[in-house]
Amino acid sequence: MSSPSSNTLTERVGSVQINTTKGPLWINAEITYKCPLHCVFCYNPVDYASTFGEELTTAEWLRLFKQARELGAVQLGISGGEPLMRDDVETMVAEASQMGFYTNLLTSGIGLTEERIASFKEGGLGQIQLSFQDSTKELNDFLSSTKTFDLKAKVAKLIKQYEYPMVLNVVLHRLNIDHIDQILEMAEAIGADHVELANSQYYAWALKNRTYLMPSRKQLQDAEETTNKFRAKIGNKMKLYFVVPDYYAERPKACMNGWGSVFLNVAPDGLALPCHEARMLPGFEFPNVKDHDVNWIWNESDAVSKYRGESWMKEPCRSCDDRTKDFGGCRCQAFQLTGDATNTDPVCDKSPHHHIITEAVELAQKPQPPAVEVKPLLFYRDDKNSKELIAQDAH
Amino acid sequence: MSSDALDHDKTLSLEKQYRFQWEPAQESYVLLYPEGLVKLPGSSGEIMKMIDGTKSTNQIISALEEKFPGVDLRKDVVTFIEHAYGKGWFSAN
Repeated sequence: MSSPSSNTLTERVGSVQINTTKGPLWINAEITYKCPLHCVFCYNPVDYASTFGEELTTAEWLRLFKQARELGAVQLGISGGEPLMRDDVETMVAEASQMGFYTNLLTSGIGLTEERIASFKEGGLGQIQLSFQDSTKELNDFLSSTKTFDLKAKVAKLIKQYEYPMVLNVVLHRLNIDHIDQILEMAEAIGADHVELANSQYYAWALKNRTYLMPSRKQLQDAEETTNKFRAKIGNKMKLYFVVPDYYAERPKACMNGWGSVFLNVAPDGLALPCHEARMLPGFEFPNVKDHDVNWIWNESDAVSKYRGESWMKEPCRSCDDRTKDFGGCRCQAFQLTGDATNTDPVCDKSPHHHIITEAVELAQKPQPPAVEVKPLLFYRDDKNSKELIAQDAH
Repeated sequence: MSSDALDHDKTLSLEKQYRFQWEPAQESYVLLYPEGLVKLPGSSGEIMKMIDGTKSTNQIISALEEKFPGVDLRKDVVTFIEHAYGKGWFSAN
């Protein structure tokens, strides 16, 4: 899984006023945190292992979908972890599509057999988003385009065969960004229609590995230039989006289009969260879909309404003209970096904590050891590391 | 996405990745596509409803003129359909 893409919905909701008063428009169902991969940039919580054994049942997921649909939710993301680790995705897709959802499957492609994709098609799945996985751990393999390429090529062929647009999500970072030309060639070779080249954002596992993942300014500029050249060469055949890390952006992102505005993430254990990362925020009692219905969660629970609107804002957000555009940026980033979620996202240059960002960016301009030497220093997303972090936290 | 001029006698069909439906919560027709939606209130929804893989732009205009006699809709319908075609919502064959 890549980093949360926070700007997508804002760009795509069109110009007519969308009613969001009753409930969320977009449900992201993280149906499992189980994953065969160990990506160092994963945005799943570092303590994800604490949810094992607590996963919602098929019936619980379907009940949630039905409640959300009744309130007007139209988009359903089925993600994880690797969602295909569960064998009931077919049922979820078919039932949710029947309810009137546009269903999106976010997968690494591992476990996507012809039998499964045929069943998804039959069930009405709208889109498959294929993420490029684990390119750090298997950097050499990746660079020589062997094992990874074979898997992607196979899955891509199935996606085309079943007449889905080929949507590829590639996470960029310091260790792979210099090979963007090879990544683009691979995307072309497998017939990608849309390619999102999204730099890793620094949450959860990616924050733990930030020093080794953040590209330098020069790397970013070179990669963007290569992407632009490729775009000019390939024309309309492939749509390319290049996303810089927040830390290099000029203004903070309008995270989730505003807290509790359109998006509701439901974690494998049923925790309802206004964004993928919110579980980390202290002082919250996030509601669980096992205990409450979506209507109550969206309209009554303290947690989901806490940072909705502007009343929670402090200076400099409170008097800032941009507050209705960027909503003060990301609450989780503000908490992670400043210790207080009601602070302005330090990505904003008006934030009194902005130096935290500039210092990290300056550090990224310094030379670092080559990828092969960095590999053992990285903190991989796996059950063992997650359990160790939970144990450390308990002490 | 297409930048070609649209032939008004070609049959219009919704592209595969789009889904068009009535949304009670929005009290409007909407067009759904990967991770997004467009609300199509009033006449835009009525026009989209006609794009069903059997009619051309000209046929849609005739059908709507029959439904709303005495109203000159051609210009508005063409403007909407060409805008939507430019966005790649449907194909013309």
